[in-house]
Amino acid sequence: MKERLEELKLEALAKIESSQDLKQLNEVRVAYLGKKGPITEVLRGMGKLAPEERPVIGALANDVRAAIQEQIEAKQKVLEEQVIAEKLQKESIDITLPGRPVVQGNHHPLTKVIEEAENLFIGLGYTIAEGPEVETDYYNFEALNLPKDHPARDMQDSFYISEELLLRTHTSPMQARTMEKHEGKGPVKIIVPGKVYRRDDDDATHSHQFMQIEGLVVDEGIRMSDLKGTLALFAKKMFGEDRDIRYRPSFFPFTEPSVEIDISCKICNGDGCNVCKGTGWIEILGGGMVHPNVLRMSGFDPEKYTGFAFGIGVERIAMLRYGIDDIRHFYTNDVRFLKQFAPYES
Amino acid sequence: MLVSYKWLQDYVDVSDISPEELAEKITRSGIEVEEVEKKGEKLKKIVVGHVLSCEEHPNSDHLKICQVDVGEEEPIQIICGAPNVAAGQKVIVALVGARIGGNIKIKRGKIRGEVSNGMICSLQELGFDGKVVPKEYADGIFVLPEDTQVGTDVFSLLNLDDAVLELSITANRADCMSMIGVAYETAAIFGKEVKLPAANVPVSEEKVSDYISVRSESDDCPIYTAKVIKNVKIGPSPLWLQNKLMAAGIRPHNNVVDITNYVLLEYGQPLHAFDYDRFGSKEVLVRKAYEGEKMVTLDGTERTLRQEDLVITNGKEPVALAGVMGGLDSEVRDDTTTVLLESAYFNGTSIRRTSRYHGLRSEASSRYERGIDPTRVRLAAERAAALIAELAGGEVLEGTVAHDELVVEPVTVKVELNKINNFLGTSLSLQEVEDIVKKLQFTYTLDNETFVIEIPSRRWDITIQEDMYEEIARLYGYDNIPTTLPEGQQTLGHLTPYQQKRRVVREVLEGAGLLQATTYSLTSKEKFGQFALQPAEPVELAMPMSEEHAILRDTVIPHLLDSIAYNRARKNADVGLFEIGKVYYGKGANVQPEEVEHLAGALTGLYVNHPWQGEKVTVDFYTVKGILETLFARLQLAQGIRYEKAEIDGMHPGQTAKVLLNDEVVGFLGKVHPTREKEYDVKNVFVFELDLGKLLNIESKSLTYTKIPKFPGITRDVAIVVDQGKSAGELKDIIVSAGGQLLKDVNVFDVYIGEKVEENKKSVAFTLRYSDTERTLTDDEVNQVHEKVVEALQNAGAELRM
Ligand SMILES: [Zn+2]
Repeated sequence: MKERLEELKLEALAKIESSQDLKQLNEVRVAYLGKKGPITEVLRGMGKLAPEERPVIGALANDVRAAIQEQIEAKQKVLEEQVIAEKLQKESIDITLPGRPVVQGNHHPLTKVIEEAENLFIGLGYTIAEGPEVETDYYNFEALNLPKDHPARDMQDSFYISEELLLRTHTSPMQARTMEKHEGKGPVKIIVPGKVYRRDDDDATHSHQFMQIEGLVVDEGIRMSDLKGTLALFAKKMFGEDRDIRYRPSFFPFTEPSVEIDISCKICNGDGCNVCKGTGWIEILGGGMVHPNVLRMSGFDPEKYTGFAFGIGVERIAMLRYGIDDIRHFYTNDVRFLKQFAPYES
Repeated sequence: MLVSYKWLQDYVDVSDISPEELAEKITRSGIEVEEVEKKGEKLKKIVVGHVLSCEEHPNSDHLKICQVDVGEEEPIQIICGAPNVAAGQKVIVALVGARIGGNIKIKRGKIRGEVSNGMICSLQELGFDGKVVPKEYADGIFVLPEDTQVGTDVFSLLNLDDAVLELSITANRADCMSMIGVAYETAAIFGKEVKLPAANVPVSEEKVSDYISVRSESDDCPIYTAKVIKNVKIGPSPLWLQNKLMAAGIRPHNNVVDITNYVLLEYGQPLHAFDYDRFGSKEVLVRKAYEGEKMVTLDGTERTLRQEDLVITNGKEPVALAGVMGGLDSEVRDDTTTVLLESAYFNGTSIRRTSRYHGLRSEASSRYERGIDPTRVRLAAERAAALIAELAGGEVLEGTVAHDELVVEPVTVKVELNKINNFLGTSLSLQEVEDIVKKLQFTYTLDNETFVIEIPSRRWDITIQEDMYEEIARLYGYDNIPTTLPEGQQTLGHLTPYQQKRRVVREVLEGAGLLQATTYSLTSKEKFGQFALQPAEPVELAMPMSEEHAILRDTVIPHLLDSIAYNRARKNADVGLFEIGKVYYGKGANVQPEEVEHLAGALTGLYVNHPWQGEKVTVDFYTVKGILETLFARLQLAQGIRYEKAEIDGMHPGQTAKVLLNDEVVGFLGKVHPTREKEYDVKNVFVFELDLGKLLNIESKSLTYTKIPKFPGITRDVAIVVDQGKSAGELKDIIVSAGGQLLKDVNVFDVYIGEKVEENKKSVAFTLRYSDTERTLTDDEVNQVHEKVVEALQNAGAELRM
């Protein structure tokens, strides 16, 4: 019987080894380890053995059974892995095909510039003021030291609605409106992004509607050097740390002294090219110290308070920054234009 | 203002400063120099020639064959097409190898068979603007004075070796609209002296007061002076004078007129010369015009005057539009022998109004408009009279007749050193400030650290301490001022809740795939009122530039449809846009309109496009509704939102809904009516427009966590057949009210119209989810509630579908 068991073990192990799949392996399991299998049969014949031999053969039979069982399990693992591998092989795909699009919109480039400016100035303690686009002559001109018949009104040829109402030609009316709200008490720290309108024929560089960001700070002890520092911060944020900045005296009726700011031309690095008209410099914004008449008219005592104000042309900033050659692109909304401003930029 | 570098030398020594450096320094200290033009740089080999003979070209009816002496051994032959070329003239000759304006090179050649060894040039061909070339030479070659030396280089003769600086003068710096003003500015920048021109008038026996009297009836003419110069011989000005005028952009006419322009440029004081014999009287009367009074100005145009126009009259009729343009009748002509010279001070506002009304701008009016220095009125007249005597052979009568009522108050400005430094953020020393004031050539007294500065009348722009701060800052150099940030009281920068939520709105819409658009606020009368929920009062421009931009919009959708059409024409078929912008509702004349911020969108084409996996979703009503539902959920508004089927002008009557928030209409969405689509040249566009203020001004609640239910719920489906007109919303309302506390969620999962249901009927299926946060529900409990729901649906006419 001993021999028979050893024989069965070898036979079973060979069959296990040669099993091709889980089905065959299971057949082997049933055949050798099942209740009707040959090992069970051998055990049934143990009655014929001498009583002292029985435990020996019993133990042997259990060993054989365990060995077969172990081998089946090992083989089963191998075959299962094989099945998974085959399945995965079949599931292989072309990973170069395009993925399912997740369509995302994005900010208009003008909004992109405005939000960036807003975030910068919020960080500097400013709030965002907004105001009417249809303005009174008083706020658009007179409160800004531009009385009727002032020659500088020509600079801003405007769309009148009636004798007293017009589409604002700049965001500056919010200077007076905001100061009035503060009732003569500082500090005032605002920026005013918004639409403005001038009588210009629309072409590549002119638009009857455009956007501005006005800035106003009024407090005790505000200096012209503060204006310079603030505008330098803005210019570098918009155009990069490596730009040089120059400050030129200029004239606006509502500031005194007034300043215009140029940055070194990015295209020629200051050597002179078509974009900078050979000067190496590009004008980006204007500002100045708030004129005492403006402070006074809006209820602030110019002996106690000083302030600065500035105005930024948003289209101009965007055009310079992105190299846009036609201002009309901002208003025609060609999706091939708009989509270009989706990516994040530092 | 065009400033000749060579001419500037007459008043300030700039010989040690290059034109470029001068331009740069002037720009940096306050007056932008837009361009430095050097005509001569682009030219070479151009000399004076003498036309010896001039014969007809055998093969042409307009060309001439000229033999020209250019100072070489032999005369050269040049073919010339100018109508005014003639033997005996001294002319400008570009030799073979020369370069003339427009970078043209002159080569040896043959013109219609005849040899031509050069070119006789017009001034335009040397790069002069046709507007400044004397009229007689405007259509031909320029003829030089007879005594010009043959063969010499024309460069210094015509000042082609000059540099001309184009100054862009801001409204406050009108003092620099004169050569002397620019000289003072240059002197201040470089610390130099100013040399003023002398006016030595020979004394005459006769008195001007015997010839003319002057009187002003208007406050707009506080100073009027007149001089008379006799025995004048009108002729061309000497070339040096013509050169200076042309460099300054003014066309030479004749010696007397040129001198008035020359002195205008020199002093910034406009002058006018009348022909005394044609003046019509011995009296100058300045007054306001009579309404409808007529006069013919120098340009030959008859002007109908208004009561507010200031005129110079001879006591009877107008002879000049004061400060703007002279009259044709009393103009100085070739036969003029006696000149009446006007130098006056007119009110800038009055001149500006007249100049604008009549559409006439002149060198004179542009100076009066911005203001002039009253102390130069007489100086300029003396200077011009002396020049007329010198260059036109006249005799200046003794004296000046004048009406002078202008009281010029001296202006003093007090500035203190510490205030200057506090204002500018600088730490200037007393010496540094004093040096700047000295450079400006202002007189001052210094008490301790306080300057009391007397502002000269030539700088009428300076009246307050801040003006002086600017003078100090610009001459110290803006670039030398430190860069600091405000130091005072700290403020908290922030967005208002509205502004924050507006950013959220953009985020949601962009997340849903829409691109932010910007369109114009001005629209056409035709588009006004389109897609409006209620009629608005229009806000119209008084003088629109075009019909397309004549009125402020009351809705945003029309311009978004234009943008869709623009894209469609460029084959961009799938477009989703949104815009946040104002619309304007009129509130009556001279009242500011109500400005309301709207959120609008327009979508067309495919919303999802993933072709290789066969996924294409075309935009429809539910795409737009889904986007808005997402938005309302983000804004915590979903609870209060309701949709009502609506009929709106320009919209598809079956696919349009009003959006209500807490029972108030806040906007609408839907498909554009096909007829309207045709007008805009678009197809299958879905739009929405909402009043953003009504959405964002509702205070948002802070969020509180709700426990995740521990007990699983039970779902039940119910499918019913109802009339097609019955909306899913109505059915849902019935279910919700019958379902009570336990019913937590209702969702439509199927809508069917077709063969399997009766005509005019539809099948709608809902999934209902029941649960309780505290315990597990039993089937019995749920069945009881669910039966109530089914019953309620049946009572409402629904048939249960098996
Ligand atoms: Zn450049």
